[in-house]
Amino acid sequence: MTAAEKPILLDVNGLTVSFATDRGMVKAVRDVSFSVREGEILSIVGESGSGKSVTLLSLLGLHDRKTTRVDGMVAFRGRGILDLNPSELRRIRGREIGLISQDPMTALNPVYTIGWQIAEQIRAHEAISARAAKKRAVELLGEVGLSNPQEAVDRYPHQLSGGMRQRAVIAMALSCNPALLVADEPTTALDVTVQAQVLDLLLRLRKDFGSAIILITHDMGVVSEVADRVAVMYAGRIVERGETEAMFKSPLHPYSWGLMGSIPPLTGPRLARLKSIPGMPPTPDRIGEGCGFAPRCAFARPACLERPPLRMIGTQAALCILEEPERSALRRTVLSPEEFA
Amino acid sequence: MIFAVLQRLGQMLFVMIGISALVFLIFFATPGSDPAARLAGRNASPETVEAIRKDFGFDRPLPVQYVIMMNRLFVTQDLTSFVNRGMRVVPAVAQAAPVTLSLVAGAAVLWVIGGIFVGVVAALSRDTLLDRGLMVLALIGVSMPVYWLGEVMNLMTQSRFHDTVFFSWVPSLGYKPLLTDPWGWFKTLIIPWFTLAALYIGIYGRVLRANLVEAYQEDFIRTARAKGLSPTRVMVRHALRTSLIPFVTMFGLDFGVLVGGSALLTEVVFGLNGVGRLTYQALLNLDLPMVLGTVMYASFFVVVANALVDVVYVLIDPRVRES
Amino acid sequence: MSIPSDIASPDAFIPDMPDETAGKRVGASPWRRAWLLMRRDKPTVLAAIVLVLIVVSSLSAPLYAGYVAASDPFRSNLSARITVDGKRVKVMQASTEGLGLGVTPIGPTYGAQYFLGADTQGRDVAARLLYGGRNSLLIATSATVICLVLAAVIGITAGFFGGITDQILSRILDILWAFPVYLLAISLSIVLLSHGIVIGPIEITGDSLLLPIVIIGIIYVPYVARPVRGRVMALKKSEFVLAAKGLGIPAWRILVNDILPNVSTMLIVFVPLMMALNIITESSLSFLSIGVQAPDASWGTIIQDGQTLLYTRPAVALAPGIAIALTVLSLNVLGDSIRDALDPRTKLV
Repeated sequence: MTAAEKPILLDVNGLTVSFATDRGMVKAVRDVSFSVREGEILSIVGESGSGKSVTLLSLLGLHDRKTTRVDGMVAFRGRGILDLNPSELRRIRGREIGLISQDPMTALNPVYTIGWQIAEQIRAHEAISARAAKKRAVELLGEVGLSNPQEAVDRYPHQLSGGMRQRAVIAMALSCNPALLVADEPTTALDVTVQAQVLDLLLRLRKDFGSAIILITHDMGVVSEVADRVAVMYAGRIVERGETEAMFKSPLHPYSWGLMGSIPPLTGPRLARLKSIPGMPPTPDRIGEGCGFAPRCAFARPACLERPPLRMIGTQAALCILEEPERSALRRTVLSPEEFA
Repeated sequence: MIFAVLQRLGQMLFVMIGISALVFLIFFATPGSDPAARLAGRNASPETVEAIRKDFGFDRPLPVQYVIMMNRLFVTQDLTSFVNRGMRVVPAVAQAAPVTLSLVAGAAVLWVIGGIFVGVVAALSRDTLLDRGLMVLALIGVSMPVYWLGEVMNLMTQSRFHDTVFFSWVPSLGYKPLLTDPWGWFKTLIIPWFTLAALYIGIYGRVLRANLVEAYQEDFIRTARAKGLSPTRVMVRHALRTSLIPFVTMFGLDFGVLVGGSALLTEVVFGLNGVGRLTYQALLNLDLPMVLGTVMYASFFVVVANALVDVVYVLIDPRVRES
Repeated sequence: MSIPSDIASPDAFIPDMPDETAGKRVGASPWRRAWLLMRRDKPTVLAAIVLVLIVVSSLSAPLYAGYVAASDPFRSNLSARITVDGKRVKVMQASTEGLGLGVTPIGPTYGAQYFLGADTQGRDVAARLLYGGRNSLLIATSATVICLVLAAVIGITAGFFGGITDQILSRILDILWAFPVYLLAISLSIVLLSHGIVIGPIEITGDSLLLPIVIIGIIYVPYVARPVRGRVMALKKSEFVLAAKGLGIPAWRILVNDILPNVSTMLIVFVPLMMALNIITESSLSFLSIGVQAPDASWGTIIQDGQTLLYTRPAVALAPGIAIALTVLSLNVLGDSIRDALDPRTKLV
């Protein structure tokens, strides 16, 4: 069975997240739709502030209910998550969907041992003795590759290195064998060598546990290595989504071109200079209905002030007015071999 | 480890010696002060003053006087009052201590419970009317002088509403020993407890709310929620547990200072003959031996409370355990 | 491999503080930002108004005593008579309580004269309340200035120079710290009140207002000096100071340019909080009759005067207490607001 035939685990449709601010409601995430199949790795890419973390938090219902409004549909195994009452939601959190935070330093409570924190999660969802929960914690810590789990289980977070802490966070997220892991920039706070180890771990866990993973990152290198599919977010919208290979081969959205242009190629001739996209992303309160990227886009035109159309090509979809063959021609000017020197 | 403990003990000793020396200096070496003249009274003859000077040993060098007095206070324990001659300092302090301890301990129970209640409820109902109301009440508690609040309480319970059902049980001011009259002890102290606690409930409630609100911004709280824990568990085991660390520090210091005699305003208003009042009377009468005795007692509690806070800190915060 | 940082803006998500004046963004100067933040906060504005009212009415004490109450609030008035509801009545009336012996001062008339009644000396309590407020505010303000200046000097010296200077200053602060504040204040007050103090050419007599000012100004120095020292030490290790040192900028310029501005923000945050603390302290000392000395008044001394009248004429003790609570409350509200706006990290101890 190929990935595309597996049943859909999480289906997000028209997700819109708005914050109450002094200037009224500001939409941080607008009309975002994507789906994750079982055992699949979906990567959401974007700059800081593009709305990727907000998207993730609202999936788990972790947003501040007083100041945040979430509209749209989020279905987990066919069940709408947004309408669940708090106790039903809690049964999904931790058990069905595990969260891996960005910074393992701050994600763990400093005053409890690693083992205690893992056991706490297990015991929140299963009727099991403290001792059995701790035994499971030791197993889990071994599973995520800690060399001495017996000892690590009684350690406090500050007694472990960054990489070990992130493994402990992953062990905790895995502790109830969730169908979906949500990882919010799990490697950003780590050293480069440790980053690679943690990515390998995630890939292995997908194989061993069959968990689907939503991987949030701003690191295109990570995306190309592990993701099955990619969603590119910009200014609160998913501007392009599709299968990883296709997207890296022929990105549709000019913003994606910029992202690709910023990756140093591993093979072939070297770029004279990595490219950056000029300008800054707009703040959420400055985004109208038009294309959010238009102000920075070299190819923007008056029509971009209107809501951009969704264009699908094969497995890819992009929110952009450009159409073939103009798009391919323009893309060549940006990502053409002449640029390589 | 042993070295750290010894260092700590040395530090405590240093602070206590420093305080006793400071009191001594305040009374003997302030420019223009003459203890003999003051003890003799305003219109005493020079001969009387001279006699007192000899009698009390004020004609000796200051360091000698200091050593003699400290020796009589701690080693022979026969230091007697200047004013009520024959009254020994150590038993007088020992007699007053239970009163102060009863007052402060009862108030501490109230203010810890009240402070945690106010802080937790306000943090949970953040930015609602309930939160605002609690914070205004806490601020009012902080803003009222404790002795004035005591007077208002006396006015209500002893006079204006004493004949109503609410306060007819309130006994007249004074202290009843716990061992001989536990019910009387409780009844005489309950109003002072609330009076003294009002200020601290305000302070602790405000501090705890701020700490909790800060804690809820932390990643580990988000982790705890993402684990599927109940809101109560997130609050109690995660947010409150970490916020209690500064709370414990504050409590240790406040408790030490109050047991040491800083509850004197409450003691004065409610006619409780505790250490604070004893200190105050001794100070008013310039009864230096008594002052030294009470101040040493006070600083002992402060220093011990400081040390205890350090120990508790190590117990409740694993991060400081290594260092 | 990451997106180059020049396009990633970490602040992109935090909406800027809007300013009610159209289009302009708040944020240029931290002071201006703080001012605008505070101006929008209703409790802060209310607290400021209450404080201004209290200060203005205290300052107008002589006017009130001279033209409205028409009595000298510093002299006994045991035989005075005033007109209430068209009738001439004695200020000191025959007691109706107990055996009917002695006299009880007149209660609140809620008129021009003896608005809040009289104290045991037959003095107009309302007029004394205003005069008392003047002293309470004066003492609290001056003591705050003394405390902050001393604490800043000590804290900056200890923090900036470190080494043996820091050791000595810190040990002295440790001792003062372990000395319960009220005991220290009372000890100093009692000793100094009886004989005054002579330091070289300066002579302060026992009944001078300067005594409580100096005493209250000194006792809280460790509470402010410690956080100042901590902040200075942290700043000394901060990147920008290290960078400045690396560039060979002299120490005094680092002190003036980098450290002083930061510490002064901190001190400003302390001002209202110290004022509140000092008002309470002054009133407590005066209540124990070792603060402001008769015939001068402060809110604390009036409460003390009212103690004997508590059950018969409670207004005498209640009114100054309410004045204290209101002032301290406003100062605390203002203090919270200034701290939030300027320097949320600052904590008094």
